[in-house]
Amino acid sequence: MKKILIIGATSAIAEATARIFALRGDNLFLLARDQERLSVIANDLKVRGANDVHTWAYNASGQHDNETFFANAIEQLGGIDILFVAHGILPDQKSCEASVEHTLNAFEINATSVFAILTYFANIFEAQNHGSIAVISSVAGDRGRQSNYVYGAAKGAVSIFLQGLRHRLAKSGVQVLTIKPGFVDTPMTASFSKGALWAKPEQIARLIVRALDRKKSVVYTPWFWGGIMLIIRLVPDWIFHKTRL
Amino acid sequence: MLISGWGQYPDAEAEILNPVSGDALQRNLQDEDAKSFIARGLGRSYGDSSLSSTVISTKYLNRFHSFDDETGILSCDAGVSLDDILDVFVPKGWFPTVTPGTRFVTVGGAIASDVHGKNHHNVGTFCDHVLSFRILIASGEIFNCSPSENRDLFLATCGGMGLTGVILDASIRLQKIESSFIEETTYKAANLKECLELFTEYRSATYSVAWIDCLKQGKELGRSLLMLGNHSEKGGYVDLKKATSSIPFNMPGFCLNKYSVGAFNSLYYGRVRAQIQERHVHYGPYFYPLDGIGNWTRLYGAKGFVQYQFVIPKDAGLEGMTCVLEKISQSGAGSFLSVLKVFGKGNDNLLSFPFEGYTLALDFKVSPRTFELLDQLDVIVHDYGGRIYLTKDARMSDRVFQKGYPEWEAFQSVRERYGAVGIFASLQSKRLGLDVEH
Ligand SMILES: Cc1cc2nc3c(=O)[nH]c(=O)nc-3n(C[C@H](O)[C@H](O)[C@H](O)COP(=O)(O)OP(=O)(O)OC[C@H]3O[C@@H](n4cnc5c(N)ncnc54)[C@H](O)[C@@H]3O)c2cc1C
Ligand SMILES: NC(=O)c1ccc[n+]([C@@H]2O[C@H](COP(=O)([O-])OP(=O)(O)OC[C@H]3O[C@@H](n4cnc5c(N)ncnc54)[C@H](OP(=O)(O)O)[C@@H]3O)[C@@H](O)[C@H]2O)c1
Repeated sequence: MKKILIIGATSAIAEATARIFALRGDNLFLLARDQERLSVIANDLKVRGANDVHTWAYNASGQHDNETFFANAIEQLGGIDILFVAHGILPDQKSCEASVEHTLNAFEINATSVFAILTYFANIFEAQNHGSIAVISSVAGDRGRQSNYVYGAAKGAVSIFLQGLRHRLAKSGVQVLTIKPGFVDTPMTASFSKGALWAKPEQIARLIVRALDRKKSVVYTPWFWGGIMLIIRLVPDWIFHKTRL
Repeated sequence: MLISGWGQYPDAEAEILNPVSGDALQRNLQDEDAKSFIARGLGRSYGDSSLSSTVISTKYLNRFHSFDDETGILSCDAGVSLDDILDVFVPKGWFPTVTPGTRFVTVGGAIASDVHGKNHHNVGTFCDHVLSFRILIASGEIFNCSPSENRDLFLATCGGMGLTGVILDASIRLQKIESSFIEETTYKAANLKECLELFTEYRSATYSVAWIDCLKQGKELGRSLLMLGNHSEKGGYVDLKKATSSIPFNMPGFCLNKYSVGAFNSLYYGRVRAQIQERHVHYGPYFYPLDGIGNWTRLYGAKGFVQYQFVIPKDAGLEGMTCVLEKISQSGAGSFLSVLKVFGKGNDNLLSFPFEGYTLALDFKVSPRTFELLDQLDVIVHDYGGRIYLTKDARMSDRVFQKGYPEWEAFQSVRERYGAVGIFASLQSKRLGLDVEH
């Protein structure tokens, strides 16, 4: 029975992942903005077999000095084995290009808040010498593209932050997992038309849990995105600039 | 987005709304009050029941609310699938009281079609084990419905093909099981008469279904395999890894001519060597053999297929079935899978399909010849006092519908009372004359 704290627990990917934890009988602590949806999700997870489920409201924009809040959550949970960070927004690239405020707000939710969370939890995990930190980044962070580089820049920053943290915590035996999903059919991407490359949140969830179990460092979900992003990173600018990616 | 039912015929361009909660759904209805809507679960109905220019998907309404392990009563959202219920509850020793032949249906879809399983002769339909549900109607109000509360809306919604409103959540009764396994016994029947006799002889079996070779004629007409099943006490609760093999592309339609179906039939038939075979089999392959093949519908080619399922009264049984089977075998239009079941007594739901008698389900590749044949079958079914299953239908006429479902006017007046006409409408309801074409 693991003790798991999930931030952004109303995300479709996070919820699908929590369902697998629940089937295993884990103890869950869920943080997200919308208390009402959180309590609906908490009930569901209990029926599925979660040993215990707590929920608190948390907002990723604004206050980032949450030390006591997180400390109390860990205390309620009775310790922590896994931290899973899933919140995020997909900002409209065009409106970011027209507005400093939109750009910085998106960066705050997708990157700054994650740094704040990890700064606190890294010390906890380092001190206890065990456990796993898993964060959802994105393939969008692998190379800046005209269609979504504001989102991509934040995800890229998160990936680098995690890479460094993994380096630091290697000697403490703490797993730091960077999750890089490709296209996933969730409320975040409701307005996109979906083709063959799209995955379901349940599929991503299974891959996340497997990567956690196998103590992986970086995982592309599904795996073929590793290949796609390798090619996208290697394409020289003079060709890349001719695409509309 | 272009969507279709399971038969890939017909298809329709639709805007799909994906509300993440009941509140969001209420807002959806208010936003777009000029349009008409139809709910959609996992799209396992075969024809146009869940098609419309605006579709409300229940994919994010998929949470369990509570479970009572004394009574087996589960409360959950309408978008919860049987697949999910099986994954969570089989290990705890519970099983859906009624299940159709695929696990990929939602609770809302199962209520709206009032689905039946291989145990209809013992336990009735899915809705016979629904204690209550909540439904969002056209005005945006939410009604609690049960056999005693708002009974008119309950009877119209169970089997009502989404035409009264959107079911939000429901309480259903699960049955206790001792293991994940089924004791299956198979009998061979040389012809239809023998098959129907075997059904009567083994009516005490929990589950029964017969697979019929539709291409046989004369003395062998109705050659079949009868498969009986009972929940086993042995084997424990085992999760069988879900099969994932799938048919990778649309096979050309000519793969389904008389000869290839004949070959498929002999192969299937040949699987049972002895006159009587007994197997201790996992519930997965027993109840959901087709789920293991992934997108098997592609075997029918890109044009898609239609399923034709009808029921005729018990006393018309042998004669009526013979008449239908003769027509099909003469036509040579192969049905890949033809399944015969015996129904027990029907219920009071206004558009529920089952009543006491025999039901046969057949698949046909979409073609002008198929539609001609089915029109002829409609006449036979009607002459014997039968009806056609709405959740499989893509082509019946309004007249055939009205004859088969004499309660249709009562159904329509409930829809009027709750403001559903013209608001909750599908391509099917328009074809059947329940809503007008715009
Ligand atoms: C392989 C296979 C085997 C099958 N075997 C059987 C069988 O043995 N017995 C049987 O009875 N059926 C059987 N079926 C048919 C299937 O059970 C029904 O079509 C079922 O309704 C599909 O559920 P769904 O969630 O996919 O609904 P959909 O196909 O999405 O919708 C079906 C109908 O339900 C309505 N609906 C869906 N959700 C809601 C809601 N929340 N509120 C109001 N209305 C709603 C839709 O408007 C539509 O009219 C089978 C289908 C397949 C593909
Ligand atoms: N979907 C994809 O294709 C895809 C691809 C790659 C990576 N990702 C990443 O996967 C993660 C999960 O996304 P998803 O696809 O599951 O989408 P989702 O269902 O829309 O989840 C996003 C979650 O972030 C929360 N959130 C947004 N702003 C917040 C804030 N200020 N404070 C707290 N929580 C906030 C949302 O909560 P509310 O409901 O309260 O708004 C929501 O629960 C995200 O980090 C996303 O960037 C997604």
